[in-house]
Parts: sequence; structure tokens; C-alpha cells
Amino acid sequence: MIELLDVHKRFVENVVLDGVSLEVKDGETVALLGPSGVGKSVTLKMINGLLRPDAGDVIVDGLHVPQLGRKELATLRGKIGYVFQYGALFDSMSVAENIRLGITDETCYNDEKFCENRIQECLRLVNLAPDVAAKLPAELSGGMKKRVGIARAIAGQPKYLLYDEPTSGLDPVNADVIDGLVERLRDELGVTSVVVSHDVRGSFRVADRVALLWQAKIRAVGPPDEILASKDPAVLQFLERDLEMTLIQSESQEGREARGRNV
Amino acid sequence: MSNGAALTLGPLRLVARWSLRTADHVGRFSFLIVDMLRGLAEWRIWVPRTLDQATAVGYGSLFIVLLVSAFAGAVTSLQTGYQFTGTLPLYYAGAVISESMILELGPVLTALILAGRIGARYAAELGTMRVTEQIDALESLGRSPVSHLLIPRVVAGLLVIPALTMFANATGIVVGYLTAKGSLGLTYGDFEYGARYFFRPLDLWYSAIKSGCFAAAVTTIPCYLGFNTQQGAEGVGRATTTAVVAASVAILMLDALTTKLLLVAK
Repeated sequence: MIELLDVHKRFVENVVLDGVSLEVKDGETVALLGPSGVGKSVTLKMINGLLRPDAGDVIVDGLHVPQLGRKELATLRGKIGYVFQYGALFDSMSVAENIRLGITDETCYNDEKFCENRIQECLRLVNLAPDVAAKLPAELSGGMKKRVGIARAIAGQPKYLLYDEPTSGLDPVNADVIDGLVERLRDELGVTSVVVSHDVRGSFRVADRVALLWQAKIRAVGPPDEILASKDPAVLQFLERDLEMTLIQSESQEGREARGRNV
Repeated sequence: MSNGAALTLGPLRLVARWSLRTADHVGRFSFLIVDMLRGLAEWRIWVPRTLDQATAVGYGSLFIVLLVSAFAGAVTSLQTGYQFTGTLPLYYAGAVISESMILELGPVLTALILAGRIGARYAAELGTMRVTEQIDALESLGRSPVSHLLIPRVVAGLLVIPALTMFANATGIVVGYLTAKGSLGLTYGDFEYGARYFFRPLDLWYSAIKSGCFAAAVTTIPCYLGFNTQQGAEGVGRATTTAVVAASVAILMLDALTTKLLLVAK
């Protein structure tokens, strides 16, 4: 289970999180929604100890993350897969080497045969062809980079998966593919997931519960239907803004398809 | 508040801010060094990566180091001829060329070139890795960025830079001799006599120790600045320039310090 208890965080004078509390139960997928720059990624980085809260506590798997030492934190991180917004692939390494780094158990990491099998298994799970393993990140498209990032995150068979804007920068078709992948990994691997996003449609598709982060606080938490029915002005404002964006995207997609037909 | 008080507070505030920033850098730099010393225990991780780095940095820098040291040797030889001809015995040229290269020009020029070449490379590589979240990714995989990224770069520099300095010394002396032979008519016998007459074994140790100190500055400062890069591409650019300037200044300061400490001991 993941628990955030009254978490506060500020950068110089900018208050990013002001008493945020959230609970993610085992096997559950929670989408953390909110406009850009509201502190969603900061929250995610606190869960795996990349950032420390100024006040409050973060508990993962029964461990108080801010109080963990270097070795304990490394052990905990072995149980948490983290998918970065832009993939954060090591550009001097091949896809296979990137995924191999995700194998956090040292005995397994040093076993060539195991690694080879695990890399192929991870590529299959994220719908990538086996020959992608030999490529460098620079040779991949944006969507493929995200999928390799997910493959690296699941290579160590984590108990928790944290997704930082998994669909940002992707066209609607690729965003759907990634959303489908998040659902599939949840069902096949049974991991507890936190998905940070500002894409309402995708988040409502993959999440068991949705939390809206608004002006440094959690404004609403609940199942997608409950959030959609909410009369809270902040929730309505956020949902309307996203709806406009979705309409613009679908119109431009239809336009591209129409131009394609004419050509 | 009077205008006078406001004018005094301005510089005071600047000094206070500068002091705080310096203290912050010193503190974080010290912690990074401690982290690196601690990370040495994870030798299985850093040893293979050190060999890769050493090959890339050493082999890649050899040509420019030899080129610069050759010109330094030739110019020293010509200037010695210009100043000494007719006033001192010609074999003195052998001493001046060899001692200048070993004691000063070899280590300092090599370090300054590598501050630009290796320092900029390290700061830019690590800075880019920081802003593209590759360092965060490494940490999130439970792996130490210090053992994977920093120690290999620093150790590679510590191994390669003194070795390159010795190559630079030898090249400078040989080219210096050939130039003196052509321009002054210095014989090999005279050159060798002069070089041997003033040479002490400590000179080579001094050259090696000095280049080791420079290597520490050329590697740790850019690694620290690159590792702590912020604010995207602009931050990477700033870290790279600062790394080259800071490493060069550190080299000059260490040059004065090591000369005072080691040559006074001599």
C-alpha cells in the first residue's frame, strides 16, 4: 500500500504541495490528475524517494520513505517501477541494455540467459518486436520510447508502478495504445499503480479511482463516475478544460485523416 | 530607511548571498566526494566503466596533447636560444627545455587542454543526463549514479591525465631538442649534458604529483557541476562553461600551491 500523509513541499517561495493525503490500496490503480505545474510529478517522486517532503510522511509497503537510509531506499526502489515522462532512456545504451538495467536483483542481472529471456518477455508485454532490442533510443519513435520506458520499469517485476504522464506528447492513437498497455499490465501483473496525468479521458479509462490535485491540495478523490458527477467548481473547470482539448485534438486528427484520403 | 543605509545594505546583501552560495557549493561538493569514496566499495560496477572511460578520454586526447606539447617544446627552445646565445654555455638550453617541460609546461598545458576537453565533456554529459531525468531513472532503479557515472569518470581521469602528462613531457623535450639542434646547432651530447646536470629524480615525481592534483580538479569539478545541473538546455550550457572556467582556475591555483609545497621541500 502507498500512503501520503499530510505532505507539504515548497520550492523556494512556491508552495507545491500543501497538506496532501492520499491512499493507494494494493492492486489498485489511482490516477492523479491536475493541470500542469500543480505538483503531480513531485508527488510521484516522493513515493520512490527521489524527493523528500518538507513535512508529512510517505509510507510505501509499510516503510517510511523519507526516513530510509541509502541501502533500504535502494531495496525499496527495486519494488517500484517508475515510468518517466519522456522515457529517460540511457541514450548511449541499446534498448536491451536499458531494459536489463531494470532487473534490480543482482543475481538475475548477472545471469546472461535470464536477462535475455526477461528482455524478450518485457518487449512482448509492451507490444514491441524482438528486433527492437538491438536498437538505440535515438532510433525509436516517441511512442516506442515510452513503451521501452515501461518495459524497463517492469523488468524487475515490481510490486508498484508509477507512471509520470505516460501519454503526454503522443497523438491520440499512440496515447490509446499506452492506456491499453497500462490496463493490460494491471490485469496481467496485478501491480499497484499510480498514474500521473492531465489527460482525463485516458485516466478515467485506466483508473479504479481518480484524485484531482488542485492548487497544492487534493480537491476530489473517488471512482471515475463519482468524479464525473461532481459539482465541485474546480473539478468542473478542470474537466471542461480537458474536454475542449480533447475536441481540438480529435478535430485535428479528423482533419489529418481527411487530408490523407484526399491525397 | 535612509538612502545611505539602503546603499550599504545592497553590497552587504550581495556579499551575504555570495557567501551562502559558496558555502552551499563547498558543502555539496564535499558530500559528493564522500559519496564517491563510499562508492569505491562497489568496484564491480565502476571498474569496467572506468576502463571504457579511460580508453575514450585517453586515446581521444592523445593527439591534441602531443601537438600542444610539441609546440611548447619548440617555442621554449627558440626563446632559450634568443635569450642565452652568446651569454651562457649552449648546454644550458638542454636544462631549460627539459626542466621547463617536466616542471611546468607539460603538466599545466596538458591539464588546461583537458579541462576544456574532458571537463566540458563530463559536465555536458552529466548535465544532459540530469535534465533528461536519466540520473533520476538510474536512482529509481535502485542503482547508485555515483558508482555508475561519477567514479568511473574521476578514476579514468586520475589514471589517464598523469600518463598523458608524461607523454607530453617526453614529446616537448624531444621536439625542443630537435628545434635547438636546427636553430642553435646544439649537439645531442651538449643537450644531454645540460639536461642531466640539472635533473633530479624528484622532478619527475613532482610532475606526476602535480598532474595528479590537476586531474582531480579537471574531473571532480565538472562532474559536480554536471551532476547538479538545473533548468534544461540553458543549465547544461551554463554548467559546461562554468566547469571549464572553474577547473582552469583551480589548475592555476593548484599549480602555485604544489610548486610552493613541493619545490620548497626540495
